[in-house]
Amino acid sequence: MTSIRTDTTTVLDPAAADGPRPRALSARVSGADVGFRVLARSAGTATLGIMLAVGLFLGLRASDALKVAGPSFLTTQEWSPETQTFGVAAVLFGTVSIAVVAMCVSIPLSIGTALLLSEVVRGRIRSTLISLVDLMAAVPSIVFGLWGLFFLQAAVIPVARWISTYFGWIPVFAVTDTQGVAYTDDGAFTSSAFIAGIVVGLMVVPIQTSIMREAFSRAPAGEREGAFALGGTRWGMIRTVVLPFGRGGIIGGTMLGLGRAMGETIAVYMIISPIFAINWQVLKSGTNSVSALIALRYGEASQFGLSALMAAGLVLFLLTLLINFTASMIVARSRSGAGTEG
Amino acid sequence: MSTVETTRRADASDPVDDVVAPGTDAVPDDALPDVAVPRTSIPDPGDTPIGDRRGVHGLTFDDAFNLVGAGAAAASAATLLFGWIAPLTGVVGWLAVTFVLFIGVYVLLTSLRADRQEVADRVATVLFISAGILLLGALLFVVVFTLIRGSTALMHLNFFTQTMEKAGPLDPLSVGGVAHAIVGTLIQIAIALAITIPLGLLTAVFLNEVGGRFARFVRTVVDAMTALPSVVAGLFIYAAVIQVFTHERNGFAASLAITVMMLPIVIRSADVVLRLVPGNLREASYALGATHVQTVWGVVLPTARSGLVTALILGTARGIGETSPVLLTSGVTAAMNVNPFDGPMISLPLAIFDLVKSPEPAMIARGFGTAAVLLLLVLGLFVTARALAGRAPGELSRRQLARATAASRRDLVRIAAHASATDPRESRR
Repeated sequence: MTSIRTDTTTVLDPAAADGPRPRALSARVSGADVGFRVLARSAGTATLGIMLAVGLFLGLRASDALKVAGPSFLTTQEWSPETQTFGVAAVLFGTVSIAVVAMCVSIPLSIGTALLLSEVVRGRIRSTLISLVDLMAAVPSIVFGLWGLFFLQAAVIPVARWISTYFGWIPVFAVTDTQGVAYTDDGAFTSSAFIAGIVVGLMVVPIQTSIMREAFSRAPAGEREGAFALGGTRWGMIRTVVLPFGRGGIIGGTMLGLGRAMGETIAVYMIISPIFAINWQVLKSGTNSVSALIALRYGEASQFGLSALMAAGLVLFLLTLLINFTASMIVARSRSGAGTEG
Repeated sequence: MSTVETTRRADASDPVDDVVAPGTDAVPDDALPDVAVPRTSIPDPGDTPIGDRRGVHGLTFDDAFNLVGAGAAAASAATLLFGWIAPLTGVVGWLAVTFVLFIGVYVLLTSLRADRQEVADRVATVLFISAGILLLGALLFVVVFTLIRGSTALMHLNFFTQTMEKAGPLDPLSVGGVAHAIVGTLIQIAIALAITIPLGLLTAVFLNEVGGRFARFVRTVVDAMTALPSVVAGLFIYAAVIQVFTHERNGFAASLAITVMMLPIVIRSADVVLRLVPGNLREASYALGATHVQTVWGVVLPTARSGLVTALILGTARGIGETSPVLLTSGVTAAMNVNPFDGPMISLPLAIFDLVKSPEPAMIARGFGTAAVLLLLVLGLFVTARALAGRAPGELSRRQLARATAASRRDLVRIAAHASATDPRESRR
């Protein structure tokens, strides 16, 4: 190979040269264009205005309550704004416990379904199944709530009782009264975080599945074929190629689902029986969530009680916001192809 | 012997053409040494019998036996456990135990014939398929459960034509209906769409076609607002509109709450659709001398039309089905109310929520009937969206393609006629 010689590029000084001057590049903007841009910009500004109004209003009204409560807002369990003792400790704990149960249900289901859709089925069946998963995302949450309340609750109680009987030595699964005596009647197992978590978990599976499926199908074909060429089975290929490349999608999809699960209101509100105390026993009746608290108390609230609810809503919003932004950052980073070689 | 290979680039704008992959003919012919290469020929099979074509799809007998056998063994063992040996009850528990046993027996059966790698592969595949079956089974169950429990109420025609004004909780299903809730939902979603469609689409166009630092800021805020829990949107409208201005719950406030919830969702999905419009279409439009507004109106929006409609319909489905913003703002009523600015106006999700709170079986049946109506409405919207979607931006349906071909043929005739009628050097402006 001969190396190619290149001359050094010299930049001519346009002022010194006698040749043609560079043309001024400016376009004359027509009146219609100006009008269009003004219209589009004002629509953007209006949207921004609405969104910021929601945020600011929430923040301003919440600050009334937060000033009174102070840092104990995060540690108090009761909710009685009339007597100035209120806090989100119990409802936030309930929200998180329902979301954790939901994730235990949804993560295996969504990873399995996503791999089924991206790796196992082909052609017509695949597009039909993808449509069905999308359809599931469109089913209203109150319909899931009805199903959970009128069917699932009765069906799950024996399972919950079985778990608490044989795994009751793990504190989370125990169902006991304050003295530590185990409950056995069905009533102690209704309306629990466990049942609400299962329903919410099923509701968030579609969004998790679609994000994971997209990430899995982006795994590079070269590496896939390489794994097969080395004699790997399909599972071997998935384990060494698809899952490592789709890791960002798994984490990001899970977190987006988590954000949805924490904000879910109506299905949770229909199933749980609200209490204002931290209940570690997820199988035991009685839990709460921030959104259920708002739906429960908004009607009876005074102006101050309303700002206390705003404060609870703000805490929930900040939490879901944090989760969503982290998730979309992870998904976007995994999408950029930074991990792909060749 | 040099041939000219024309390789057409695979381009997003012409997905119809077959693509000749670059690299199939990587070595130029004249680079090869001139050696006589014997022609490839298929040897004569002679008398050797050619067997049947081997099937590479489908299960072998062993696979099928393993699956069926493991299933039968697991089901029987679980039934035995539940009936006689262990104190277990419940359908869900039976299914769970059966599944665990099934996996165990399946591992055992496959490992009789296959090595560890293959067992892992088989079990993984079975696990993926069962995740899919479980998910779709749950979906089907939720839908069918609602429709069946709701069908008793749907059988009565008065369910669609009457309101609950004169029907007490103890009245049978032949009295009363949810016409007021259907009307309320339609009015509320119509108002919400009247705000969301222009504002949402213009904002999405602003984010994509105008751009700039301000647009990026708006996009960040819109993304943040998709995380807003819907009940907080309802609380906002309750505190900022109902308590300050109207002092009573009404349909318009409910529409505003739905709008606050729906707007970021619609903007975000429309933004994604507009981003998929190929940049070279815009550049071609500018190169032909079109202005900015002509490009957006004549090229970008028509190209993304089906995607935008899908985004709007799916947003509408979300807006119709969401209960919590309506719960705080719309108010419960048993009477028909067609004026969104005066007094409470119930909607379908809220009617379900209200009806199933009652202990009376007739009211619960009405609740399920309402849920079935809502579900059918959402399913209808979803199917419409699917029928319109499924096409990438710029991909035309058969009729659109025929229309475009006819138009360009007319243009060709016109241009040819024009060229022959006038002096070829003289151009029209």
